[in-house]
Formats: sequence, structure tokens, C-alpha cells
Amino acid sequence: MRRSVTVYLAVVALLGTVPLLFRPVLAQGRATVTNVPVIPWEAVPNFFKLPPGVYTGENMGIATNSKGHVFIYHRSGETRLYEYDEKGTFVREIGRGNYGFAFAHSVRVDAQDNIWAVDEGTNMLVKFSPEGKVLMVLGRRPDPLAQLANMPGNGGYGGLNKQYEFGRPTDVAFDAAGNIFVSDGYDDSRVAKFDKNGKFVKAAGTRGNGPTQLNLPHTIAADAKGNIYIGDRSNNRVQVWDNDLNPKASYPGMGSPWAVCVSGGTHQYLFSSNSWQDSAPAAQAEYSGEVYKMELDGTILGKFGKAGKAAGEFATIHQMDCRNPDIIYTAEINNWRSQKIILKPQATRTSGQ
Amino acid sequence: MKRTFSCGLAAAAMAFGVSLVAQAPVAEIAFDTNADLLKAPDNTFIGEVAGVATNSRGNIFVYTRTGHPYATIGDSRTFYHAGSRLFQFDPTGKFVRELGQDLYGFNAAQGLRIDPQDNIWTIDAGASQIVKFDPNGNVQLVLGRKPETIGVRAGGGALGGGRGAPGAGGPPVEAGAAPGAGGRGPGGPGGAPGGAPGGGGAGGGRGGGRGGAGAGAPGAGAGAAATGVPGGGAPGGAPGGPGGFGGGGRGGARPGAGAEGSSFNRPTDVAWDRTGNIYIADGIGGNNRIAKFDKDGKFIKSWGQTGAENGQFSGVRSMATDAAGNLYVADAGNNRIQVFDTDGNFKSQISGIGTPMAICVSRGATQYIYSAHSGDPDGMTDAAIYKVGLDGKVLGKFGTAGKLPKQFGLVNSIDCRTENELLVGEMTNWRVQKITLRASR
Repeated sequence: MRRSVTVYLAVVALLGTVPLLFRPVLAQGRATVTNVPVIPWEAVPNFFKLPPGVYTGENMGIATNSKGHVFIYHRSGETRLYEYDEKGTFVREIGRGNYGFAFAHSVRVDAQDNIWAVDEGTNMLVKFSPEGKVLMVLGRRPDPLAQLANMPGNGGYGGLNKQYEFGRPTDVAFDAAGNIFVSDGYDDSRVAKFDKNGKFVKAAGTRGNGPTQLNLPHTIAADAKGNIYIGDRSNNRVQVWDNDLNPKASYPGMGSPWAVCVSGGTHQYLFSSNSWQDSAPAAQAEYSGEVYKMELDGTILGKFGKAGKAAGEFATIHQMDCRNPDIIYTAEINNWRSQKIILKPQATRTSGQ
Repeated sequence: MKRTFSCGLAAAAMAFGVSLVAQAPVAEIAFDTNADLLKAPDNTFIGEVAGVATNSRGNIFVYTRTGHPYATIGDSRTFYHAGSRLFQFDPTGKFVRELGQDLYGFNAAQGLRIDPQDNIWTIDAGASQIVKFDPNGNVQLVLGRKPETIGVRAGGGALGGGRGAPGAGGPPVEAGAAPGAGGRGPGGPGGAPGGAPGGGGAGGGRGGGRGGAGAGAPGAGAGAAATGVPGGGAPGGAPGGPGGFGGGGRGGARPGAGAEGSSFNRPTDVAWDRTGNIYIADGIGGNNRIAKFDKDGKFIKSWGQTGAENGQFSGVRSMATDAAGNLYVADAGNNRIQVFDTDGNFKSQISGIGTPMAICVSRGATQYIYSAHSGDPDGMTDAAIYKVGLDGKVLGKFGTAGKLPKQFGLVNSIDCRTENELLVGEMTNWRVQKITLRASR
């Protein structure tokens, strides 16, 4: 515990120095699907613009609202949440210094344009109104003194499955009725469902690779019918569960799903990112970094992207927004940036660079 | 990790559930609320509301856990900073100012009270200190000393040892919680599996000195202790306070030592009698006592110990005085309020009010006690605020658990300057509700 200068009470700083110790399983999957057509893509150059003196760190979460504004939840000196307009210009910061921010993981915008920040450092979800006011919190930041007693923090599967406490939660999704689905997470291995008022409904999932099990549920999205899509990262599959958390389908073969999203509109698509591992091992660049586009039934339509640091390449996509299935916003850990990616019509199979 | 609180509360809830059945139905008091009272400036956030109180002019003060509690590595020691702030609002809820910016002892807000001279008193369970501010915000008196350093879990095992699951169970400590007797936490269900933390043996040593067996030793130790707690399951877990906290600070007594004077261990509340004597509820870290000081902060006496007998406590959560000089002490783990005279002589006890986590006594010719019950660790299934006569008769109750307006998520503070208008501060809902009770009698 005397190895870093400043240690937030949650595991924060430690993650940066010894990540392998904290994550349940980190095997990076290699995609097994073949002959997947490439969807031409390009990045809008330097889309996100910050004022002088304002920076983002590891871009963990990204989401758009109905007006096209973009929210990026990132790990900077502190964990912070920024809002940009539809042109990528910085608008403002939301939630700075609130008690629920310590170590960003993801952000989502619900149907009413409320902004939900999922923080794996405080084990909390904070719901902000579009104006940035706190409307609801889920989970509870562990008591600071209890945390001190447990320093240095460590992780690992606890399987505690508490109704109102999370174990490094990772993401949130909403169905049409406003029910809340939390993927939880590193220290639990489940999905927890709450009603729109935050009342616990049920939870399902334990650590493992059976149909009702998960091994690092890292990302979650819902379709218009209320089915949920869970990126079961360390099992290298996307699990589809119904609204009552019963298993419906499993989509393996697309590597490790770090990030999934379901597009808006009447014809919805599912996207899943086989992200280049966050330590960016050179050897893995050859077989990770791509994003798959699918029908909701799992039919693969194509893929785009590759591992790397140039524009249009990805160094660890951690979250995606696909409100519009032809415009994908990506938040990247290693590149400390987010990108706006334009997908071109799928007629050709040439690479999009 | 540190989920003893839950376990403990669950146990408490169960234990209490039984006694509830035996109670006669309590009348429901109709009420209205303004759950959107306080308007903080942009980018200023109220977090867990540990304390809320009004002064004689209706200004509202909130002591809240917000921002980022953090530890800094120094020489061979680790220092604990920040984590709580004190805000003032006008009677309409408009933000006025912040007090105590970057204060040394603002770490884990636990309570706030305003005395008859409008001085503001903050109670911090992290620093184990009580700070008195004058109405202008100047520090006038400090009781207790913040430990110079925090002890982290011995061995640093986790760093090298990897992923021992802390969480797995046996969380030792939960601080926000009322202790069980003697530091053997209620542990309750779930405490058991006790995942030994990484390097093994973690912490056993460190926390040891303080009341809590459980404290330093997550994992096995604490889990194992989970068996019976006299007094039936305190609503909180852990006893021993912030395990490991405080290890070797020079200069101040270890918190929790329970010595005469002001070595508090997670104090929770302050009250005054008519002559200005100061009473400190101490607290939820294992001391289980009330300490009395004169108005200048000179120690007079203390009384109480861990247990369930008269004059014993299992987690002193809250405290208030009435005009006649009686002292009402919320003995949460024993599901009762004990009444003492100003010399600490036991007079009576009040039960049938669930697990009292926060109390206040209204002013005026006829005074009433309001007592907030939380029967589950999340504030989502079992909560109510009881109205009680000074004679101990339960007059009614209102509210349920949850996140909506008129629901309560772990009420930690009540202000009841007048009988029918209350301010209620909640931990899990990050808000203050202004409650107006409709005529009930």
C-alpha cells in the first residue's frame, strides 16, 4: 500500500499499476467467425473539441441523447463526465465532485434523456436529469472507514448478490417501461433488475459459463421488446436474456464483447466490440479491435475497425453508442479519446481506411 | 467487502420483525413532503446526508458525505482526507454558503446539530471529532482528536497476493453501522464465507486494538464472529469501527480506547442541557457510552458500556434532550431509546419504535420525540418515522422505505424545531425532505 502516492478509497489507483490482480479473467478472445464482410468506415477527424486546459483521460463511457449531444465518462485526474454538442464541441461538465464518482466505467442515456453514470469505484449508479441534477442513485458507496480497513482494495468474485449493493458494476440498460438492468460486474457476476423507481425486482447470474451464468458481464443493452444483450466478456459470447432474465440465446464467436449496443429506430441492430485488450499487447493487435454488426437474432452482417492508435483505429473500445446504426461513437481506454465513426453503405467489401 | 452492515441489519430486521408482530398497530400520520427542497449550485453536490438542522432563523445546515475521501501515502504512514462538506441554505432551500472548507476533520460526516445560541456542531465518525462553529462559521471548540494516521490492512497482502476476495464475506467492518455488542458483529448471514484477503492474515493485527475483533480482519475472523449478539442483532455491522484505523498515531489516544475524556470512536451525536453542558453519543465504534463535558469542553464524566442492560448500549446512534433535562439516547442495536437524567442515571426506556437510527425532540410547550426506524440495510424495504410522547407512548408513524418522495432511505438525521414540520436527511437518497405532518390529533 505504499506504492502509489495517492490512493482513492476504492481500488482506483491500484488498478492502474496491477490490473491483472483485480480482474476476474482477462483472456482475450479470438473471433472464430469467418468470412465476415468488412463494412467500410471512417473516423471524423478530431471530432471532439475541448477548451484549453481541459482534458479527458481514459475514455470509458460514451452515449448520445436524443438531441445528438454526446456524454463522455472518463478517468482523468478525477473521474469526470463531460457533455459535448452534436458538433463535438465541449458544452459543460456534469457531476463534478459528487459522491458517486471515483472510477468511471460507463454512461448511458435513457429514453427521457436522463444521463446514467456507472462507476466501478463507488459501486454506484448516478442518474442525472438532462440539466445535470441528481435524480436517483443506485447502490451505495462503501463506507470510507470500512474501505480503509480493507486497503489495499482487491477484487475477485464475491457472488454476494445483494439487492442494493453492487460489486464493481459495469453498465446499465433500460427497457421501454423504464425498468433498469445493471450488469454487475467484476465482483458479482449477474444482472440485477430494478423498476423505474429503483425498487429491486430480481437478479440472475452467477460466475461460470452455463446458460444462466456469466463471467464478467461487462456491458449490457436492451432492445425495443425488452430483451437484454449482455456482453459476457470472459466467456467470449453475447448472452440474450428475456425481460425476466431467462436465457434466450447465446451468440459466441465474435471474440470478447467488451462493449455492446443496440441501435434505435424500427429496425434495430446489435453491435459488439472485440476490443484490443487494455494493456495493448502487440500480438493481439492482429486478432482484436474489430466491431461486429448483427441482426438482433445474431446474424452477422459485417464488421469494421482494427486495433491501433491512428484515426479510425481503436485502442480498447470500452463503450459504444449506436443510436444511429450508421454513426458509431466509440470511447477508448488506451487512446484517451473518443471517436465518431461513419459507417458507409455495405455494398463493397473493401477496407474502409 | 464490508457488507457486514447489510448482514447486521438484516439480522436486526428479522429480530425486530418478531417483536413488531406483538405490537399494537400504530396509527399512520398523514403528511406531505417537499423532496426537492435544497438547491445546490451547479457542480456542488449533496451526497449522503448525515446531518441536517435549522437555526433559530430557519437557515438550514447540511453535513454531507460528498466529494472524494482519499488517503495519501506519507512517510511510513497513510493520511486520510476530505470526503465531507458542510453547506448552509436559507429557509427556502436556496444555497447560502459553504462552511469548513477543506477542514482537517471533515471526513465521514455522521451528524449535525444547532445549539440554542445558533452555533453549528458537526459530528464526524471518520475523524472521531466534534467541531463547534459559531454562527459566522469560525471554529470555537474541537472535541476529540483525529488519528494522525490510518492503518491500512497489515501485510499489504492483496497487492502481492492478488485477488483474495475481500468481499466474499466476512467483511469485518462496516462502519456506518451500529456495532453489535462488544465488537462481535452481528455478522449474521453472509458474514460467514469470509474470503481471506490476499496475503492472508491480513490485518488481524492492526485492527485489534480497538473494540472490534472484526475490524482488521476481514475474512475468517470477522465472519466467524458472526454468531450471536446480545441484544439481538444490531442494525449494523461492525463493531470495531474502522478496523485498522488509527494504528499508530502519536499524540492522540487511539480512538476506541474508551478512556476517560474525549477519545471517541465513531461518535454520532451531540446534545446540550440547559446549563450548556455537552453530551456526546459515542457511538458506533465500540465505546458504547455517553460522555459529558461542561460548556467549555472540560470532561466531566462518561457512562455506559456495551450490552443490553439498562445503561448499556449496542450502538449509540443518536441523542436529544428535552426541556426538563432528560437525555434520550437511541440505542439502535437494542431497538430502544433509553432515557437518562443529566447525571447519567437510567430513568426509563422506550420501545416499539423499531430500530432508532435518528431521533429529535421538538420544542414548544408540549414536546415530542421523532424517531427514524430503518429495518433493512438499504432503506428499501422497512422504514418509518415514529412520533412518540415524552412519556414513551407511541402516537403514530409515517413514511415507508424507498426512493420516491415520502419514502425514506436510511434516515440519519431529523430536525424538528416545530412539532409538525420536520427536515429529514437520508443517506441513500442523497437528499433532505421537508415533511409537513397534517393535524393528527
